[in-house]
Amino acid sequence: MQKLPSTLPNMILSLTTISIIMAIALGFVNDKTKEPIAKSQQVKINNAIAEVLPPFDNDPSKESISIEGNKLILYKATKNGEWVGSAVKTYSPNGFSGDIVLMVGFLPDGTIYNISVVEQKETPGLGTKMAEPKFKNQFNNKHPEKNNLTVKKDGGEIDAITASTITSRAFCEAVNRAYEVFKKQGGVK
Amino acid sequence: MSYLKEFTKGFIKENPLLVFALGMCPSLAVTTSAINGLGMGFASTFVLTMSNILVALLKNIIPNKVRIPAFIVIIASFVTITDMVMKAFLPDLYKALGIFIPLIVVNCIILGRAESFAQKNNVAVSAIDGLGMGLGFTIAIFVVGAIREILGNGSFFDIKFLSEDASTILIFIMPPGAFITLGYIMLIMNKIKTKFN
Repeated sequence: MQKLPSTLPNMILSLTTISIIMAIALGFVNDKTKEPIAKSQQVKINNAIAEVLPPFDNDPSKESISIEGNKLILYKATKNGEWVGSAVKTYSPNGFSGDIVLMVGFLPDGTIYNISVVEQKETPGLGTKMAEPKFKNQFNNKHPEKNNLTVKKDGGEIDAITASTITSRAFCEAVNRAYEVFKKQGGVK
Repeated sequence: MSYLKEFTKGFIKENPLLVFALGMCPSLAVTTSAINGLGMGFASTFVLTMSNILVALLKNIIPNKVRIPAFIVIIASFVTITDMVMKAFLPDLYKALGIFIPLIVVNCIILGRAESFAQKNNVAVSAIDGLGMGLGFTIAIFVVGAIREILGNGSFFDIKFLSEDASTILIFIMPPGAFITLGYIMLIMNKIKTKFN
C-alpha cells in the first residue's frame, strides 16, 4: 500500500480518524477503570486512618464530616461505642511541588497519635523524607496547643528536613490546619 | 537487517540518552534513586514499544505533513491508558511509579523513534527497536540514579549503608548533581566508543 499523499482532505480525514479512535479507546478504558480506581483510593484512605489512630471497631469512613469540599475530612473512630479519636485528612498547598495531603490522628484530648502521608509530589530524596519516621514521628504525642509545632527556624520545636525547609513548613501547616478542624468539629474534651 | 543488531544498537552504539542526548528532561528529573531510574526506564520502554508498533501499523494512512500531530495523539493516548490501567489494577506499583507516567509524554525518545524509525520500517523490526532502545535508556538512567543515590543519600535501593546522621554529598540528589553525573557518564561513554572505533 502506498503512503497517502498530503492533500487537505486526506490530512483532515486521517487526523480526525486517529483522534476519534483514540478518544473512543480512552473513554472505554476510563469507563472500565473508574470503579477500581475509586475503590483503591478508598482502601488507601482506610489504611491511613487505621495507621494514625488507636484500635477502633467502627467504620470511620461512614462517620465523616467534609469541610471545604473534600479537601478536609474528619473521620470519627469509636471502640465499643466510645470515642477513641478522630483522623483528619488535611492538606497544604505550600509544598515544594503540588499539594501535600496528610492523615493526622488525634486522641480525644487533642494529642497527636500518629501521622501518615497520603499524597505528595515533593523532590525525591529530599522532601520525600517527610514520610520517614525520623521527621514525622517528632509530632507524635505532641499537642498543637501546648507545643509549638513549627520548624525551629520559625521558633518552633520541629527539626526541619535537611535542605527541605519548604516541605517541612508545609507539613507543619497541614498538621495545624488539621487541628483547627478537629477543634471546631467538637474535639478536645 | 538482523534483528539482533536492531535490538542491541540501543545499548551502546546508539544509546538514546548517552549518545543522542534525547529524553534529558525525565532522566534528569527522576534519577534521584536507583529504583526511580529503573521504574521510569521500564515504563518508558513499554510505551515506546507500543507506540512504535502502532506507528508502524498506521504509517501508510498518515499523510506526511500531519505525521507529528498524529504521533503525538497516539503517544499521549497510550500514556493515559497506561496511567489509568495501572492506577486501577496495580495500585502498589502505581504508588511507586505513578508520578513518572505522565512524564513519559514529554520524553522525546518516543517521538524520535516514531519519526526516525517506526514510520519507515515494518511492525516486527519497530517493536524490537522500541524494546532495545527502551532497555538502553533504562540501563543508562538506572546507572545515573544509582550513582546519585549512593553519593547523595548514602543508600542503594533504599538500603542505607551509612548511619542515619552521616553527612552525604547532598548536591548529587539536587538538580546540579544530575548534570554532573550525566556529564561524566557521557564522557566515559565517548572514551569507550572512540576506543572501539
